[in-house]
Amino acid sequence: MSLDIKLLKKESLEQWFGKISASGRRILAPVERGGKVLFEEVSSPAEMAGDYIQTTLSAKSAVFPRCEELFGYALEGKEVKLEERKKEPQPTVVFGCRPCDAASFAILNSVFSWDCPDELFKQRLDKTAVVSISCKKSDQYCFCASVGGGPGDTKGSDVLLTELGSGDYLAEVITDKGKKLVALAPELFGAAPAEDKAKNLAKVPKEFDLKALSEKLGRLFDNNEFWLEQSLGCLGCGACAFACPACVCFDLQDEGNKKGGRRLRCWDSCGFALFTLHASGHNPRPAQSQRWRQRVMHKFGYLPDRLNYLGCVGCGRCSRLCPADMNLLEHLKEIMNRD
Amino acid sequence: MMDELRKKAKELLLAGAVKVVIGYGKGSGKKARPLFARRPEQADKLIFDGSCQQNLAVYLTKPELKALGRPAIVAALPAMRAILQLAMENQVAEGLLVVIGLSPEGKLIELPDFKAMEDYLAGAALELTAEQKAKLEKIEKMSPEERRQYWQDQFAKCIKCYACRAACPMCYCASCLVECNQPQWVPAPSHAIGNLQWHVIRAMHLAGRCVDCGDCERACPAGIPLSLLNQKLAAEVFKNFKARAGLSAKQEYALGVFKPEDKENFIK
Repeated sequence: MSLDIKLLKKESLEQWFGKISASGRRILAPVERGGKVLFEEVSSPAEMAGDYIQTTLSAKSAVFPRCEELFGYALEGKEVKLEERKKEPQPTVVFGCRPCDAASFAILNSVFSWDCPDELFKQRLDKTAVVSISCKKSDQYCFCASVGGGPGDTKGSDVLLTELGSGDYLAEVITDKGKKLVALAPELFGAAPAEDKAKNLAKVPKEFDLKALSEKLGRLFDNNEFWLEQSLGCLGCGACAFACPACVCFDLQDEGNKKGGRRLRCWDSCGFALFTLHASGHNPRPAQSQRWRQRVMHKFGYLPDRLNYLGCVGCGRCSRLCPADMNLLEHLKEIMNRD
Repeated sequence: MMDELRKKAKELLLAGAVKVVIGYGKGSGKKARPLFARRPEQADKLIFDGSCQQNLAVYLTKPELKALGRPAIVAALPAMRAILQLAMENQVAEGLLVVIGLSPEGKLIELPDFKAMEDYLAGAALELTAEQKAKLEKIEKMSPEERRQYWQDQFAKCIKCYACRAACPMCYCASCLVECNQPQWVPAPSHAIGNLQWHVIRAMHLAGRCVDCGDCERACPAGIPLSLLNQKLAAEVFKNFKARAGLSAKQEYALGVFKPEDKENFIK
């Protein structure tokens, strides 16, 4: 796949949206809702939130909805009849997510296609194209550069737009999916100017070395006092996990009666006490400190070890919205400061 | 004024009167975050200013904090109310904690016992602000259909992360009703009916118990105006039973007692 660089005029965005919608694709883009910025279906760029560093919640629900029906079942006498609920997902364009979010889809995929490929997820992912927008601004919560990304990183994007000084976009067409989107309105994409992309990107410093972090984590597992100190503020909600573009854990719920019902898959969080509660009543992670340790270890230890993917893209959402101001970057830096 | 607070906290820790001081420290950017001072020198990091909004009483019932030993807690008005309400519900007991009271300006208030806290709160302004009242009135003026649509739109945003519950000092149940699955009283998924049931049940469970700290709404990542529900129900309880949450450690729970003179005109 050769990288194709074009110029997309600011005023052409509206027409491109029109062509994308007319092709039967739904467009999910950041929209402002009561002080929060959330991904919602839009038909015009005018509906998009103006000035956001990061959306409050990620775009993962495009491929991994917070609640979805897996199958239905009916009980007829002693027979159980399964009813498939597979339906062709609507082709979707996630528009205006940040490069960190674009990179997160591969992490979700690494888990969902690991030992038992998840058909529902895969269908959605196949039908989803990602048009991300580089970051002009970052804040103290961002740390993409420390976890293998960057404010203009192309990983995971099908098209990456970078806003130039003029307000027009430099469009990097990265994959075949991206090419197809551009081919919907090739007349809108002109020759790329010579302007330096890097000049139009936020400066996100590299705060720690991943290899060193992984080594420190390995030695910290048994340091109960450390994890207690780190997690005393944690309230045990699921806001961090649910806002996280890379958190993939889910819970299965059956809803039904004597005649039948349905099985649902819902987001879950390792921060909940219920997450590891056994039917016997035993809980292998009875304290919040162990649950916080699990969250950090899973992202920066277990996932890289097992699937070669880091479970974090440095988007900073968890820290921005934590009601107790648990700041992940600070916690990681404290781990780095340990001997 | 911050020096007074730090001095007091340090004295308590040095004397071994408490094992931990639950207060505020500097957080990310302009935010404050909970600070748990377990050694005297950690008390130097305590702060109190306009950024200190979280109701720290939420930590009094967390098992991890209880395990540390006798706590002192930095308490502005909402935390004081929460402590009295928790005492009324037998979740905290006089003598087993030290309350470091702070006025809105950050001045230390001597609160040697719950009676002193009750006296302080008796003179505190508990009315909703004009802005809060206006928001509530806007909802009340809606037709039932409009109001239903309004809340359906709000609840549609809920992702069931339970940050509202986790941040709430009155949501201390070790096992919440929504976690009971034999039988499953409340649907766990965050679909329309699951979200509606969760928020209605939570609001009802807090009716007459909510101390209006606003932490549920501040914690909500989806921006659902949860305080409106709680404020409305608090107003109803006050109107019908002249009772307000968190003003006394001994008052009766309006929705938990029967009195022969209770109105029955709601039965139709």
